[in-house]
Order: sequence, then C-alpha cells, then structure tokens
Amino acid sequence: MSYSLIISLIPILPLLGFVLIALTGKRLVRGFASLVACGSVFVSFCFSLALFIKLVNGGDAFNVVLFNWISAGNFNATIGFLIDPLSSLMLLIITGVGFLIHVYSIGYMHDDAGYNRFFSYLNLFVFFMLLLVMGNNYLLMFVGWEGVGLCSYLLIGFWFKNQDYNDAANKAFIMNRIGDLGLIIGVILIFAHFGSVNYMDVFAKADTVGTSTLTFITILLFIGAMGKSAQIPLYTWLPDAMAGPTPVSALIHAATMVTAGVYMVARNNILYTLSPVSQELVLIIGSATALFAATIAITQNDIKKVLAYSTVSQLGLMFVALGVGAYATGIFHMATHAFFKALLFLGAGSVIHALHGEQDMRRMGGLKKYIPITYLTFFIGVLAISGIPPFAGFFSKDAILSSAFEISPTAWAIAVIASLLTVFYMFRLLFLVFFGKERATEDKMHHIHESPSSITIPLIILAGFSAVGGFMGVPEIFSGGNWLGRFLEPVFSKSLELKSEHHLSHGTEYVLMATIVGFTLVVIAWAYAKYVSKAEVPVAEGVELSGLNQTLYHKYYIDELYEAVIVKPLYWVSKLFDIVVEKSGIDKMVNLAGDVVTDWSKIFRLLQNGSLGYYIFVMVIGVILIIAFSYTR
Amino acid sequence: MLTVLLIFLPLLASATVLLVKQPLSKFLAFVVALAELVISIIMAFGFDKTQTAAQFSVHWQWISSLGVNFSVGIDGISMLLVLLTTVLMPGIILSSLNNTTKPPSFYALMLLMQSALIGVFTAMDGFLFYIFWEVALIPVYFICLVWGGENRGRITLKFFIYTLTGSLFMLVALIFLYFHTAGKHSFDIQSLYLAGRGLGESQQVFVFCAFFLAFAIKMPVFPFHTWQPDTYTVAPLQGTMLLSAIMLKMGIYGVIRWLIPVVPVAVNKWGEVAMILAVIGIVYASCIAIVQKDFKRLIAYSSIAHVGLIAAGLFTLNRIGMQGAMIQMLSHGIVVFGMFYIVEIIFERTKTRDLSQLGGIRNVAPLLSSVFIVIMLGSVALPLTSGFIGEFLLINSLVQYQVWIGAVAGLTIILGAVYMLRTFQKVMSGESNPVTALVPDLNYHERLVLYPVVILVLVIGVYPGPLLNISEAAVNNLLSIYSDLSASVK
Repeated sequence: MSYSLIISLIPILPLLGFVLIALTGKRLVRGFASLVACGSVFVSFCFSLALFIKLVNGGDAFNVVLFNWISAGNFNATIGFLIDPLSSLMLLIITGVGFLIHVYSIGYMHDDAGYNRFFSYLNLFVFFMLLLVMGNNYLLMFVGWEGVGLCSYLLIGFWFKNQDYNDAANKAFIMNRIGDLGLIIGVILIFAHFGSVNYMDVFAKADTVGTSTLTFITILLFIGAMGKSAQIPLYTWLPDAMAGPTPVSALIHAATMVTAGVYMVARNNILYTLSPVSQELVLIIGSATALFAATIAITQNDIKKVLAYSTVSQLGLMFVALGVGAYATGIFHMATHAFFKALLFLGAGSVIHALHGEQDMRRMGGLKKYIPITYLTFFIGVLAISGIPPFAGFFSKDAILSSAFEISPTAWAIAVIASLLTVFYMFRLLFLVFFGKERATEDKMHHIHESPSSITIPLIILAGFSAVGGFMGVPEIFSGGNWLGRFLEPVFSKSLELKSEHHLSHGTEYVLMATIVGFTLVVIAWAYAKYVSKAEVPVAEGVELSGLNQTLYHKYYIDELYEAVIVKPLYWVSKLFDIVVEKSGIDKMVNLAGDVVTDWSKIFRLLQNGSLGYYIFVMVIGVILIIAFSYTR
Repeated sequence: MLTVLLIFLPLLASATVLLVKQPLSKFLAFVVALAELVISIIMAFGFDKTQTAAQFSVHWQWISSLGVNFSVGIDGISMLLVLLTTVLMPGIILSSLNNTTKPPSFYALMLLMQSALIGVFTAMDGFLFYIFWEVALIPVYFICLVWGGENRGRITLKFFIYTLTGSLFMLVALIFLYFHTAGKHSFDIQSLYLAGRGLGESQQVFVFCAFFLAFAIKMPVFPFHTWQPDTYTVAPLQGTMLLSAIMLKMGIYGVIRWLIPVVPVAVNKWGEVAMILAVIGIVYASCIAIVQKDFKRLIAYSSIAHVGLIAAGLFTLNRIGMQGAMIQMLSHGIVVFGMFYIVEIIFERTKTRDLSQLGGIRNVAPLLSSVFIVIMLGSVALPLTSGFIGEFLLINSLVQYQVWIGAVAGLTIILGAVYMLRTFQKVMSGESNPVTALVPDLNYHERLVLYPVVILVLVIGVYPGPLLNISEAAVNNLLSIYSDLSASVK
C-alpha cells in the first residue's frame, strides 16, 4: 500500500465506523458495533505506527493533498494531510490511547441502552481528532477543532434525559465557541497577511510579517486554545463536562481533545517565538491556571471533579512549557499526561463501576482489597502524576520545571507550588478511596466486584506506559539522549535557532530536582498522616467551612461570577431587545407610519360623501374660483 | 429556450392544476416541480462555467415602443438561485401531503410562485424583473392569507403593504434610470447599468436608497424586518418555506444584480451603512432568538441573523464575500427549509410550538432527533456542513474589510450556538412529558423530504467546489463591472 493511501485511511476508517454504526442504529448487534468501533481505531493505530516507524528511521515528512475543498476568490483551502514527527506522535496517542479506551468502553457501557450510539460518537470523535492533528492547513485543523467540540457536546450530554447533563453539554459547546471565534479570526488574519492557510507557506514566511501583527494573530489563536484546553478564563466547562460517561472523560477531556490547544501552539511555535508578548501571555495564563485549578482540586469530593481540575492544572503546566519556548517539553508532558491521566480516569471509572455509580469520595474508602488491580494500576498513575522517579510524570514535569527556571523563576515557583498541590490532592484522593475505613453503604459493599477484563486490561497497559513512558525523554543529566526532543526537532528547528541556547549547569539541576522530590515526599507523608493515620474525612454537605476552604470548595465562585456578569446580562439585553426595542420601538414606528396614512385617508375620505348636491356645489365654487383667478392675472 | 420553459411550464401547469380535482392536482403539481428540477439539472450540466455572459438566453421584443423586452438568461449567479428554487419546490409540495385538506388552488398558487421566482432570477430586463418581482408577491400573499394561522388577516396585510411599498420605491428608481438611458430609452439591463454610470453622485444615492429599501424589506435587513417574524409564524408551513427559503433571496439577488453594478459610486459610499445595519441585525436578531418561546418564531429570528450576515458580506464587495453570499444563500435555503419542516412536524404531533411544553422527543423519535441535529449543525455552521462554507467565507471577507466589524458579525458563531442548542435541549432532550410521550417518528414521505436535506447539508459542506465554480465567473465579472464603474466616475 502506498503511504498516501495509508495516511488517508487513518481518519477515514473511524469515519466509516461511525457511518456504519450510526446508519444501522440499534439494529446492529452490540458485539458487532463495538467490534467495528474498536477495529477501525486499531487499524488506524497500526497505520499510524507504520508511519511513525518510517519517520523514526529518518523518513521525510509526508504531505498528501486529497482535493480542493473551498476555493473562492484568492482563498484556497485543501483537504490535505501533513505527517511530520509532531502529528505522527499525536496520531499514536490518539489512536493508541483511543483504542484502549474503546476496549474499556465495551465493559464500562455494557448495560447502557445507548451502547451503539456511544460507540458511533466515539468513532466520530476519533475521526475529527485525527483531522485536527493531520490537517496540513489551518482550516482543516479548524474542522477537527470544531468537530471534536461537537463530539464532546454529544458525549457530555450522552444521557440526555438528565437536563443538568444537557446544561453541561451546552456550556462546553458554547464556551468552546467563544474560543473558536478567536481562533477563526486568527486564521482569517493569517490568510490576509500570508495569502495562504497552509502551514508550510505560512511558516516559511513567518518573519516577513511585523511583530505587532503576529502578536495579534497569535493571541487570537491562543484564545481558541484557552477554550479547547480549558485555560483561564474559559476553563469552567471542563469540570462540568464530567457529566459524560467516564471513558469520555478519559479520552476526550483528559488525553486528547483538551490537549488540542497545546498541539496548536506547538504547531505554530515559530509564530509564538517571533512574538514575545504572546509567549509571555501563554506563560502567564498557563502558570496561573496551573496554580488556580490545583487549589480548587484539593477541596473537591467528587472523584471525577478532582481529576478534572487536575487536568486543567496539568494543561496549565504544558502551557508553561510552551510559554518558555520549550515546545518539545510541552509535547513530552502532553504525551505522558495522556497515559497517566487516561489511566487515572479509567481507574476512577472502574471504582465508580464497582460501587454502582458512586462518585463521592466521602462514601468510598478501604477499597484496595476489593479491587486490587484497579488499586495497583491507579497507584502507579498517582505516582506518575506526582512526579516520583522514575515514573513517566517525573521526567516530563522535571523538564518543564527546569526550562521554566531558566526563563522565569516566578513561573518556576508557581509551577513548583502547583506540582506540590498536585501531589497532595492526588494522594488525598488515593487515600480517601482505597485506604482507611469502608464508608460505602453496606448494600454497595455487598455487591462490590473487580471490573471485567475489558476494563482491567486497558488499565494494566496504561499503567505500563505510565511507569516507563518517561524514558522517551530522559534528559542529558541522566545520560539519556532525550530521544523525543531529537525526534521532534525538525518541527521546532526554526524556533530553536532563534532562541539563544543557555542551559542550567548540571549542579543546579540536580539541586532543584532533589529539593522538589524531597518536598514531594514530605507532602505525601503529610497527606498520609491526615487521611490515613488520623483518618480525616471531608465534612459532609451543608456543614459550614472556614473562609478559605469555603471559597475553594465553591471554586472561587467563578461560575456564579460568569452567571452574574455574562449570562444574566445577555438574557436581559435580549429581553430588552425583544420587548422594548422590537415591539414598542421599531414595530410601533412601522405601524405608526401605516396609521398616519390611514388617518389622513379618513380626512380625505370626507370629501367623497356621495351627495350629488355637494359635488355640484363644490364644482360651482371651483368654476367661480377659476374665473376669478383668470381675471386677476 | 430552456429558460423560457422553466418559467412558463409551471405557469401553464398552474392553470391545469386548477381544472383538475384533488388528489390529482397535487400530484400534477409535484410532477411539474420535479420536471422543473430535471430541466434545471440538465441546464446546470450544460452550463459553461468559464463564460461570464448570460447563457440559455432569450431575447424577444415585447413592448417595443417603451423599450421593454422579454429578455431572460442565466449566468452563474442566476444558475445557483434557479437550482435552489427547483430543488426546494418539490420538497415544499411534498411537505404538504400530510395534510389533505388543501384544494387545487393551493397548488396552482405554488406553481405560479415558482414561475415568478424563476422569472425574477433570470430576468435581464428591468421592467420584466419588476413584473416578476410583484407577481411573486401575489401567490404567497394568498397562501398566507387563506391557509394561515391566527390573526392572519392583519399580519399578511401588513406584510403585503410593507413589501409593496418597498417595491414601489424600486419602480420609481427603475423608471428614473430608464429616463436616463441613452438614445431610445430602454429597460435592458446593460442600458440601465450604463444609465446608472452616467448619473451624478446625488442621483446615484437616490437610486441606491430606493433600491436598497425594496431589497432590505424583502430580505429583511434590520430595522426593516418587523413584518417577518409575525408573517413567518402565522403563515402555513409552505408559505413560510417559500418566504424564507427562496423568496428572501430575491432581495439578496436584487442587491447583487440590480444595485451593486447599477450605482457603484453610491454603493461605494453608502454600502458601509448597509453593512453596519446588517451586522447590527445579526447580533440583534440572535439575541431576540435567545428569548423566544415559540419554536417557529425563534427560527424566524435566526433567519434574520443569518441573512444579516449574507447582506453584510455582500457589501464588502470582494470576491470571497460575494462567493460566500452565493453559497450561503443555498445553504440557508436548504437549512431553513428543513428547520421549518421539523417545527411543523413537531407541531402537527404535539399541537404546540411552545418550547416550555416540549421536551424528551429524542426518547420516542430518534430519527427525527438525528435529522434535527444535522440540520441544526448546518444552522450553527459546523465545519463539514453547508453552513460553514458560506459563514466562513462571509466572516472572512468582513474581517478583511475591517477586523472589528468581522468580529461583531462573528458573534453569530457564539450566539447561534446559544439559541440553537437551547432549542434542541428544550425540544428534544430531557424526560418525555404527556405532550411528547407519544410522538411518532418520521413517516415515509417526511423522510423523503428530510433525507435529501440532510444529504445536501453534508455534501455541500464536504465538497462545495462544483457550486462555487458555477458562480465564480459571474461574480468576478460583476465585481469587475462594479470596480470599473466606480473607478470611471471618480
């Protein structure tokens, strides 16, 4: 098979899977529907692997153009794919992790009435996500960008009988659209200034456009990233998005879709490198979000909400990396995060599954002996996200921190605090769920069971990747070759040229690393003392919390703020338009114009009263007037 | 000759339909609409995309003493709108089959309407254009008046008078231009273009205002839109479809064909005002749509918003915007046709259009719900649906014109999602209630109407190339006439 056929088939297979399952609806046997869904993603994974191997062995990037999509005036956009190291890595993550989550869903969604529908949406999601990373131009990326937003909407509101879930779905879609508006205007401005929306054309001419224009463009693009990757101020949809089934949270709202913003900024690295102001903005937003979300996560009691805020925070860390120009490092963390956060979500799903839908950690506890595989794999995930060497998160997080330390010590300090908070809330979660007393109802404990193998096998595989995934980017000081960095180098080469190279001395790096690991252990010990030794349990709903805790528990009241500042005013303005401007303003005027005509007509109508005598009288008067008039001339 | 056939076949058939009894008459009407579709498709395949001049043209002397000719022809711009008309008409007729109470006259009026619409889109003579323009008003007026809902008398009268007033201004402007044609006065489109070029600036502005008023009312553009929500809401389904899916394109087409090339200097100067009005209309109508309680009225307001974007994009006078307007006219026609049909299907089954009383239809009618989703996505311009192509090109042209105008117009991306998702949630999601619990799913001929809509929405979204190609040469030609003229006067 030729490579261009393989490349085209990668997104087309999941699309075909979607079409097949969607068109047959419930008529398709369940087993067959999941076979189609998993199979199509698996074949795409194999193809992605083939491309990846080709690229690793020094092959050139592939650029395949299928057909002209939109062409109007001087605007032209194609359906075409670019497979370079960056998109190839993304392909592996999407199809690889995606496949595991598909398999997991077989077990997790087993009893759901919308089984087939679920798999069709998942396949559609994979299709759009692949378009997003494979597109060779901005517009095709935008197609994927909005498409994954649609699938996210459909899957958050998957259980559509519950209107709260539908509200969450609407919120996600609308917030993303705010970002999308920024993104699309950015893309249009790119077209206006570069005359093309093809990556290759734009990047080649990147330095021909003035800095202020580039800054404007990159900020607009970043607004899109804020929406999709849930950064301040557009992050509030992601915690609510946990309304969707847990595999969705793992696939879309942790491993793949939400990292689209990171991918996009990394893809446009040269534009960001050339506009320092935007890069600064990325750094500020990233670090602020990392800290802010982490503080909220420590007070949440819903197991998925903790993980959701953790995702927001970790995405913030990735943007810190991008903001200091360490693009490969950001992608590295994105990859390891995809492993361990997917693992954690799937593990949480397994817990929820075992407890028949219970999500509140206050009603869990002591589960480790009942669901050992889930416990062990989850534990590995926690170690990985906490940055315990040599698990995956350690290498990638450390790489971010040391890059940040070079450029901005403030950002470094914030990132360190956020990381330590991460350690705290993750161990809090681990201890509350798996350690201590059993707090679930007797009925639930009675039915508790380890999940079926379709759930545990993906957990085990992901645990394996979370344990060793970090070795793809072992830095120099551990005499590693930073393989990932070198693999991705062609994508970032222009930016790296522009960036002055200065590295921390190995001594400094060791000291930083040791300090952080030391603090990490202290935090773990503290969490252990608090939640295992003293067996503290977060207070029940309705109990008064102290000031700061209260604020954190209510997520800084940001949702309430948005409600008061944006949602309500929009509603009022709309009401004002509808009732005052429309009905008593414009339409009144229109009717008034009609009424005026009618009123005048009423007056003129009096002239025609049908009486012959009156007409003769008027006629005589008229004749007299004419005669009089002609005499006076 | 094919053009003449397209115009007169439905006209003759409409007389025949009156003579036969139901149910023969409605099937006859449907067959004629299908025949029209076939003819137009044959024309589309025979259409030379590279040529800028009108094709399939016919030029007959009519009232030679007044310089009035029966001259019709089809260039790329006309071709797309003729296709829109012929594609939708069979669907509109088919959509009435659920309800068997309509007499033959109803179908006769529909065919008369089709004849007039195609006439408007193909007329190459000012007087002829005006005749078709006014003739098109009559059938739809009677359709709304006779088969409409509550308060139809008052509301349709307002609609009639409002649009007629606009048209009269256009008539005055046409006559004014006619008296400025060189040599023996003529209503020929090229002579009128030349006459317009010869006018001084203030005269051009007068003609601009008169034409714009007529077209703006028809579309409608803010603030000339207040007849529209009421009329769309009380009109019977087929009336609403005719008005929203096809007839409002007469206004947009008018701007393209009879305004921009006729008075380029005035357009150059005052087009921006029109653009800003249109952009205000986008935000204004979107906001109002958010708080609507009546499903049909909500779609009516969303239509104002979408049309506002088309009008705004037109006045950027660049090729991207103009092509965007062309493709968006098709997309909007198809989407709004499907949307109003869904409104009607739900209304027929539940007897209500009140959003607060609906909900949970997804549980009982999955097909209806899936079709709704696709059409909704077309409406909110999700990529790979037809709505995206046009909306992107239009916003593109506006951003290039002025980035902030583009950004405000782009709010439709957000607000459109707000009101459409809210509607979907209220109508389709949630638990079923007593009103919606027994809603049957789509029946055979509803599917026959809606599946093609779904397919068109997706196919145009994925592969719009052939349609964009049809209008490209004509749009380029039109804009070059415009820029030549506006330059030559300066």
